Amino acid sequence: MDILYLLIPLSVFAMFGVLGIFAWALHAGQFDDLEREGARALFDPEQGSIGTSTEKLPPCH
Amino acid sequence: MPLNPTPASTFHDNTVRLFAYAAVLWGIVGMLVGVLIAAQLTWPELNFGIPWLSYGRLRPLHTNAVIFAFGGCTLFATSFHVVQRTCQVPLFAPKLAEFVFWGWQAVIVAAAISLPLGYTQGKEYAELEWPIDILIAVVWVCYAIVFFGTIGVRKVRHIYVANWFFGAFILTVALLHIVNSAAIPAGWMKSYSAYAGVQDAMVQWWYGHNAVGFFLTAGFLGMMYYYIPKQAQRPIYSYRLSIVHFWALIFTYMWAGPHHLHYTALPDWAQSIGMLFSLVLLAPSWGGMINGMMTLSGAWHKLRDDPILKFLIVSLSFYGMSTFEGPMMSIKTVNALSHYTDWTIGHVHSGALGWVGLISMGCLYHLIPRMVGRTQMHSVRAIELHFWVATLGIVLYIAAMWIAGVMQGLMWRAVNADGTLVYSFVESVKATWPFYFIRFVGGVLYLGGMAIMAWNVVMTARSGRVAPIPVPVMPSAARA
Repeated sequence: MDILYLLIPLSVFAMFGVLGIFAWALHAGQFDDLEREGARALFDPEQGSIGTSTEKLPPCH
Repeated sequence: MPLNPTPASTFHDNTVRLFAYAAVLWGIVGMLVGVLIAAQLTWPELNFGIPWLSYGRLRPLHTNAVIFAFGGCTLFATSFHVVQRTCQVPLFAPKLAEFVFWGWQAVIVAAAISLPLGYTQGKEYAELEWPIDILIAVVWVCYAIVFFGTIGVRKVRHIYVANWFFGAFILTVALLHIVNSAAIPAGWMKSYSAYAGVQDAMVQWWYGHNAVGFFLTAGFLGMMYYYIPKQAQRPIYSYRLSIVHFWALIFTYMWAGPHHLHYTALPDWAQSIGMLFSLVLLAPSWGGMINGMMTLSGAWHKLRDDPILKFLIVSLSFYGMSTFEGPMMSIKTVNALSHYTDWTIGHVHSGALGWVGLISMGCLYHLIPRMVGRTQMHSVRAIELHFWVATLGIVLYIAAMWIAGVMQGLMWRAVNADGTLVYSFVESVKATWPFYFIRFVGGVLYLGGMAIMAWNVVMTARSGRVAPIPVPVMPSAARA
């Protein structure tokens, strides 16, 4: 099962890579205000605003 | 609040639109081939003695067409749409995005020609020969540049959870494709795998299972986290849970592949690890399913009135079913019964028709009218009809395959007191015939639903009007 010498390190490296990205996201404040961010996704030009912001979006078309 | 009048301030939706139309077209083609091979299993005369139409060559054509052509085009369309809307910027390098579209269509056409001609690497879901593999790798790298480039120039500081899922899908599929497709060419359409024997099998199922996990799950979860809140007009039930869902899924998925190789030459401990991680996967999968469904909490009446939400929410219940069934089937004692039977086919299709298919259709029904300046498809009643026809098709399909699979497993393992087999193999084939017929009927229904969708899309596109959609200016608090 020599292939495990490739696949296990590859998966472990991938995991460390994922950990690194997670650490970046954490320190970059990606997860600081989650519930608001979840609602903000509902903004867009097609459907207008139902998010949490008080500012109004421009009209659609 | 003034809008920037330069062309750069409109979303680049041309590629999104093309991919969405292509998804519907390839859906019809892929499912038609699926119905044909289901009919061939029921009536083998339908092979017509023509090698190009034989089951062995058309089966990989079916899987490639539905996964990489229908599913792939849906993923490209939705990821390009979602990343622009949630980052509030047009696509990074739109010309490259157009190349991704035409390059991917070239891959699909090359597959549709080379597979019936019998060119194959013999690896499930990775059959395409090495020149096509190289084209896939090039297109995929361009896709990654466009997607991550758009994230890089985003105007919203927070990266919405759907983009995390799409990003993980893009990176992982690149890694899987490159490692598994490593081969030594022996001519223009012939190659030998870089690995041999059980090593090759392990790489193949490390690829195969993670392709299910990242192509058919992570990418479509990205769609789920954008289009369900959009269609329901409610934020996701728990955005916090969606973040946990993402990281838990990413950390555990990579290790489940060996469950495809139970009771083979693969060492026992590797099989057991595969089984263990498959069982662990149940937790993040169900967390995500509950999160998506509970988004409708307090607004369940919308499910009654809105057929698009029916597609999206019922797809999640199939996701829950197949992510429960999968870990159960990965348990070695259960696998001893289920492996090599049609139960596996039933399991795959409860995921493919139920989860991937329905969520794709729901998202396309949301997306396509908005890409042609409308808010609704041409016929909402046709969406409703499509939903019921497709659901009935799925139920017939998977119920038939469950019964057939368990029956086959029991017949194959039945032994007489003197240790001889009770049934010959052909007796189990004969007993399966009615279920192959029911499966064929289920497939015809599912294809019929797709035909209704194609008609609806054509009517919507014909009466629509393609106009560039301006990028709105975000409130200052959200800016990068």
